[in-house]
Amino acid sequence: MTYIAKPRLHHPTLPENRVGFTRRDYEGKISTLCAGCGHDSISAAIIEACWEMDIEPHRVAKLSGIGCSSKTPDYFLGNSHGFNTVHGRMPSVLTGANLANRTLLYLGVSGDGDSASIGLGQFAHVMRRGVNMVYILENNGVYGLTKGQFSATADQGSKSKRGAVNTDAPIDTVSLALIMGATFVARGFSGDKRQLVPLLRAAIAHKGAAFVDVISPCVAFNNHPGSTRSYDYVREHNEAVNRIDFIETRPEVTADYEEGHVVEIPHHDGTLLRLRKLHGEYDPTDRIGAMNYVQHHQARGEIVTGLLYADPHAEDLHEHLYTVDAPFNGLTEEDLCPGAAALEAINASLR
Amino acid sequence: MDPTNIRDPDYFHKVVDCQWACPAHTPVPEYIRLISAGRYSDAYMVNWASNVFPGILGRTCDRPCEPACRRGRVEEENVEKPEPVAICRLKRVAADLKDDIRDRLPRPPTQRNGKRVACIGAGPSALTVARDLAPLGYSLTVLDADPKAGGFMRTQVPRFRLPESVIDEETGYILDLGVEFIGGRRIDSLEDLLAEGYDAVFVGSGAPRGRDLQLPGRTEAAKHIHIGIDWLASVSFGHIEKVGRRVIVLGGGNTAMDCCRSARRLGGEEVKVIVRSGFDEMKASPWEKEDAMHEGIPILNFMVPKSFEHENGRLTGMTFEKVQAVRDADGRRTLVPTGEPDVLVPCDEVLVAVGQENAFPWIERDLGLEFDRHGLPVLDAKTMQSTLPRVFFGGDAAFGPKNIITAVAQGHEAAVSIDKFLQGEDLSERPAPHLNLVSQKMGIHEWSYDNDVSQSSRQAVPWAAADKALKSIKVEVELGFDAAAAFREAQRCLNCDVQTVFAKSLCIECDACVDICPMDSITFTMNGDEADLRVRLKAPAENTAQALYVSEPLRTNRVMVKDEDVCLHCGLCAERCPTGAWDMQKFLIEMTHAGPGCRTPRREAA
Ligand SMILES: Cc1cc2nc3c(=O)[nH]c(=O)nc-3n(C[C@H](O)[C@H](O)[C@H](O)COP(=O)(O)OP(=O)(O)OC[C@H]3O[C@@H](n4cnc5c(N)ncnc54)[C@H](O)[C@@H]3O)c2cc1C
Ligand SMILES: Cc1ncc(C[n+]2csc(CCOP(=O)(O)OP(=O)(O)O)c2C)c(N)n1
Ligand code: SF4
Ligand code: SF4
Ligand code: SF4
Ligand SMILES: [Mg+2]
Repeated sequence: MTYIAKPRLHHPTLPENRVGFTRRDYEGKISTLCAGCGHDSISAAIIEACWEMDIEPHRVAKLSGIGCSSKTPDYFLGNSHGFNTVHGRMPSVLTGANLANRTLLYLGVSGDGDSASIGLGQFAHVMRRGVNMVYILENNGVYGLTKGQFSATADQGSKSKRGAVNTDAPIDTVSLALIMGATFVARGFSGDKRQLVPLLRAAIAHKGAAFVDVISPCVAFNNHPGSTRSYDYVREHNEAVNRIDFIETRPEVTADYEEGHVVEIPHHDGTLLRLRKLHGEYDPTDRIGAMNYVQHHQARGEIVTGLLYADPHAEDLHEHLYTVDAPFNGLTEEDLCPGAAALEAINASLR
Repeated sequence: MDPTNIRDPDYFHKVVDCQWACPAHTPVPEYIRLISAGRYSDAYMVNWASNVFPGILGRTCDRPCEPACRRGRVEEENVEKPEPVAICRLKRVAADLKDDIRDRLPRPPTQRNGKRVACIGAGPSALTVARDLAPLGYSLTVLDADPKAGGFMRTQVPRFRLPESVIDEETGYILDLGVEFIGGRRIDSLEDLLAEGYDAVFVGSGAPRGRDLQLPGRTEAAKHIHIGIDWLASVSFGHIEKVGRRVIVLGGGNTAMDCCRSARRLGGEEVKVIVRSGFDEMKASPWEKEDAMHEGIPILNFMVPKSFEHENGRLTGMTFEKVQAVRDADGRRTLVPTGEPDVLVPCDEVLVAVGQENAFPWIERDLGLEFDRHGLPVLDAKTMQSTLPRVFFGGDAAFGPKNIITAVAQGHEAAVSIDKFLQGEDLSERPAPHLNLVSQKMGIHEWSYDNDVSQSSRQAVPWAAADKALKSIKVEVELGFDAAAAFREAQRCLNCDVQTVFAKSLCIECDACVDICPMDSITFTMNGDEADLRVRLKAPAENTAQALYVSEPLRTNRVMVKDEDVCLHCGLCAERCPTGAWDMQKFLIEMTHAGPGCRTPRREAA
């Protein structure tokens, strides 16, 4: 952590976005995480993505559980809504908030301990329900906040800082999200913002449960030789399947790329995702294929990153439940108590 | 780009914008920190070593450091009126608030080395030569036509800007080093002086001749027309104590500003400055113009003087032609008449401040000392040596009128040359300045400098009440900062000498420094040539006067590129770096002055 506040001064050319904010306006309090923590880079990527997408900070709700990762919402989007829930319970609180007001952008921030250990059940259900959110899992393979115990995502055989070997099988959160029905699944690396920022933008643009697993080295407890989440290890084993070139709401835009190198994923809500393929055969609209591919490469010790799956026909919880469009806080007494005549009509229809 | 060589003494020196811009390379941030710490005497001594006249310069310096100061750039688009640190006025604080520092000054040498050096003129350049050489054992004789030492600082700069006591004090420090001062002796022949057997002669005689304006009526009205610098000297000596009610000052330089403000104090009620060209083209520093206008002196522009009007030997006014600036076919700016009728400006007195010239009637042309076609001595610009090897020049006498700090800087160089010359060394072999980089790390997030960036704006210098100030030429107008304002102003300094030093081998490319940097100064990217890199950085590096700091390739094959332009030296990059790849290190550069440091290292005999 740092003792002085980040100076308010900024670069003289710092641009404003279309809603009149500079990137600095999307910052939060100064981070108290360890210097070099991958989580801080993810915060910076979220800031960048929100600025680029002209998101109004007051239209965002950040929810998190417990952990170093879950502390980060304090360090970005200082003018947005926030809720720091209990350990592993971010998904249920977020689901409730989303049901009450579907007009906000929901960012769920969690860690591997928060999501894959104590919160595994919540994680699975929020995916299968299709809550419209961006689920950001800051995955460092350890419980950083409680001083570096292996988490459930730690690879079997990887070594702790003290030299202990992890004997348990790991939970792969990407595979789990695919199985549970997430309609957008991606994996990034905190040390590669060029890849991560577009992934976050695409996830934010996605309407449905979007899951972004971000490998995020814990410099204090999991950045040593023998770790499979260190900066060096991840850089050596990173296999990016594609790069997102842009996310557009106007599908007619075209860019000139070599035939066969580009995949376009037009979404039914009008969004267009354009990807540059890095692995020729990879098809990010094929859920089963994605699961196979990820598992296959994982077995070889590779960490597959990029946009792994996007369902162009995604639907969300509200569509399944036929809920009202208006946020609850906008519903009047008249809306909520339509009166005796309406009740009579309902009763009559059931007779 | 090639990796940056931070061992090049110029590299980090350029990052300290103020110090780099100062002709004498005063370690500005170092003394500003001392002021923050209330160590005024120490701050004074840091100045004294570099610029010799902190009290004088703290009131009068042309301050090339301030337009260069990073604070001005950093505040752009951040505050309404971006302003540099008040470097010059902080120098005055050191001088005003210090204790008696006499026991810190060098002592006159107990033993002389037998070499005699004469300085012609006792202006800032010659006094600098004397200060640098006297403690080394040389016998210094300073000769001036005026009775007291100080040169133009004493005879030209008016007392309301620079009290006599400050001049006495600071020239005194030098003369007390065992320097022989002979006032009231004008040198009429260099040949005769050389015949007195001096081993070296330094010419610091300034540019003492004011330009005249030969227009109709000049001779008839001569009694009421004065050359600006001669008039100021007479005012300074007390020979002139009054001026007419209506005064015209011709010229747009600093001399004109001193003339008009002096006239205002000597009974001039309607004082006007009239310039040929535009207001913006005037040579005077912006603050000098502001100060004059503040005292109720209008500046009329685009008026070319045509004639002095007179009646029975009495000046009645001046006629001017109105002009405008137009660009000719070659894009050159010329002044052409507007065709409007000429303007008559009535007046009782005219001060002509239209420029200054060098004059060396006392240097014989057959001594082997060559002059160029402008009448200036032919010199080696680095060593200040003339074509007569034992004669050196400096100050306004060398390359025409400049300012005090330039005179001081040239005095230092000339002193190095004279020292080497008299030690039988090659003058062109000048050892590079001594360089030192020291880590400022004290603890995990503690630095031995105050890295928190102040948000306050430039403190205004308090002024004496206008009615009081205009009553007497001896009342100092500016009052100087008090300790509290000085502290606030000193806190605005960004400590540009505390450098961000990058150790490539320690970097794990975690991006922490990139994310935290408030100024978006740091980028990790693939290498390229400079023009290409400058547009590819996190924030465009448009100021090409500021360097890019480029590392060797990192593990990912990228390089770290830091744009030095608007770095705040806040140290957050170093605080956030988990491996200590960034460190904040204080850059100390010791300029080469006369003495052992300037001598060519001799190889030991085997
Ligand atoms: C009106 C005015 C205001 C100025 N204000 C400022 C200011 O605010 N800030 C600033 O930085 N600069 C200012 N300057 C410029 C500054 O004064 C000079 O650049 C500086 O003093 C030059 O120093 P120097 O060492 O060349 O000697 P000078 O200061 O020019 O002194 C030369 C000395 O040599 C003596 N001398 C000349 N010929 C002989 C001879 N033959 N024999 C014996 N003695 C001789 C003269 O009497 C004089 O004392 C001002 C100049 C003028 C005219
Ligand atoms: C109910 C409950 N059980 C246990 C804890 C202790 N605890 C705090 S953080 C944490 C693990 C956090 O790990 P992770 O989510 O991976 O976050 P990281 O710190 O690694 O970013 C645990 C077990 C708790 N706070 N609450
Ligand atoms: S303990 Fe690990 S996860 Fe927590 S802040 Fe430090 S580096 Fe980040
Ligand atoms: S901020 Fe301070 S060190 Fe930097 S240029 Fe200005 S005065 Fe000099
Ligand atoms: S000191 Fe470091 S963090 Fe601060 S402005 Fe300079 S490069 Fe950025
Ligand atoms: Mg964790």
